[in-house]
Amino acid sequence: MTPIKNGTVIDHIPAGMALKVLRILGIEEAVSSTVTVAMHVPSKASGWKDIVKVEDRELSPKEVDKIALIAPRATVNVIRNYNVAEKHVVRLPDRAVGILRCGNPNCITNLREPVETDFSVLEGEPLRVACRYCDRVLEDIAAAIV
Amino acid sequence: MASWKGRDILSIRDFSRGDIEVVLKYARKLAPVAEGQKSSRSLEGKVLATLFFEPSTRTRLSFHSAMIRLGGQVLGFSNVEGTSVQKGETLADTVRMVEGYADAIVLRHPHEGAAVLAAEFTERPVINAGDGAGQHPTQTLQDLYTIWDEKGKIDGQGIALVGDLKYGRTVHSLAYALAQFGVSLTLVSPPGLEMPWEIVDELKRAGTQVATTHRLDDVVATADVLYVTRIQRERFPDPQEYERVAGSYRVDLPLLREAKKDLIVMHPLPRVTEVDPAVDRTAHAKYFRQAFNAVPVRMALLEMVLGVGG
Repeated sequence: MTPIKNGTVIDHIPAGMALKVLRILGIEEAVSSTVTVAMHVPSKASGWKDIVKVEDRELSPKEVDKIALIAPRATVNVIRNYNVAEKHVVRLPDRAVGILRCGNPNCITNLREPVETDFSVLEGEPLRVACRYCDRVLEDIAAAIV
Repeated sequence: MASWKGRDILSIRDFSRGDIEVVLKYARKLAPVAEGQKSSRSLEGKVLATLFFEPSTRTRLSFHSAMIRLGGQVLGFSNVEGTSVQKGETLADTVRMVEGYADAIVLRHPHEGAAVLAAEFTERPVINAGDGAGQHPTQTLQDLYTIWDEKGKIDGQGIALVGDLKYGRTVHSLAYALAQFGVSLTLVSPPGLEMPWEIVDELKRAGTQVATTHRLDDVVATADVLYVTRIQRERFPDPQEYERVAGSYRVDLPLLREAKKDLIVMHPLPRVTEVDPAVDRTAHAKYFRQAFNAVPVRMALLEMVLGVGG
């Protein structure tokens, strides 16, 4: 993969999840900077992994929380002038506020109410989260990311 | 629970065993007032708003009765027709508006999580009177009160939950609450309408003895409490299948011949065919008493959250 001058490298994404990371970052066709995706790359730690590199972009805490939900062991490297300026392992939050949509169509948060969704993390691996409003355990977390 | 004043009553799962016992004892003190034998003005000058976004006769009337018996006043609506909700007002706004008119809010709503949301938008105590398929904690407390009042204690009772255990909100909440007491539970349901496994799993993890069966006959001779619920016609695509299944979970006099003398039969009502009216005349029938018990239990909660009496 080509090195980037400034931007972010998200490493140790579980194999097959890179496209979901792109979706979280809102990277679609109309992107002005370089985005590099490596899928199914050998990894010492976990067999196979995906990697995403995004030029000229640093992630917001909310984006990092979203990535943690689908890639709990991912690392986020902030690159400045070709050097790794910061390196973080994502951390699964205790609560996921405003980043997931409740899968229960009858949940009050799916109505036009002025609240953010709010999920409590019940277990880390495998990840289980429950809506703080309707108590429903979310089945497909990746698909529920807002 | 440090203080009850101002507390929201949202889910039975927020109640420790100690909390439940406080409510039951408090309710017993108020039973003579609920029956009209004693009078009380403890909530004089207080206003309760009952916001019923979907109809519910029993729950609404028992809250009204509780408030009026304690000298308080009630306002609200029993369906959304003609209210600002029909004009598209959010629940958050409705609650913020009502906060100015009442000291406590009782909410029945068709969507799960509505009471939790309402409580976020008001300083007034919110009492959840049923949110969709979610929680209905005052119903559970009234059920627990009935068992405790009739049997003298909840611990050690053999309790059979009968009927639709898959979709029945009432039995889910009751099962969670009973897990805090040392009861032995038998879950009796038609195939396909069994209690969800997550709930059974949690009950077992809490140390509750749980048995399951599809046959009502299996439990009648040994049970102390039969808690019967309605099996809804719409769960069955074939009407004949419904008739057959519903018929095999019917409590009637021949079935009760084998029962313990002090077995109590409970039902959250309304019943359709699950309990034969002939059972009403037996000492086993406690479902109307159970419906009455809503009043002392709701009186207790109202006094507690409004911070009067004690």
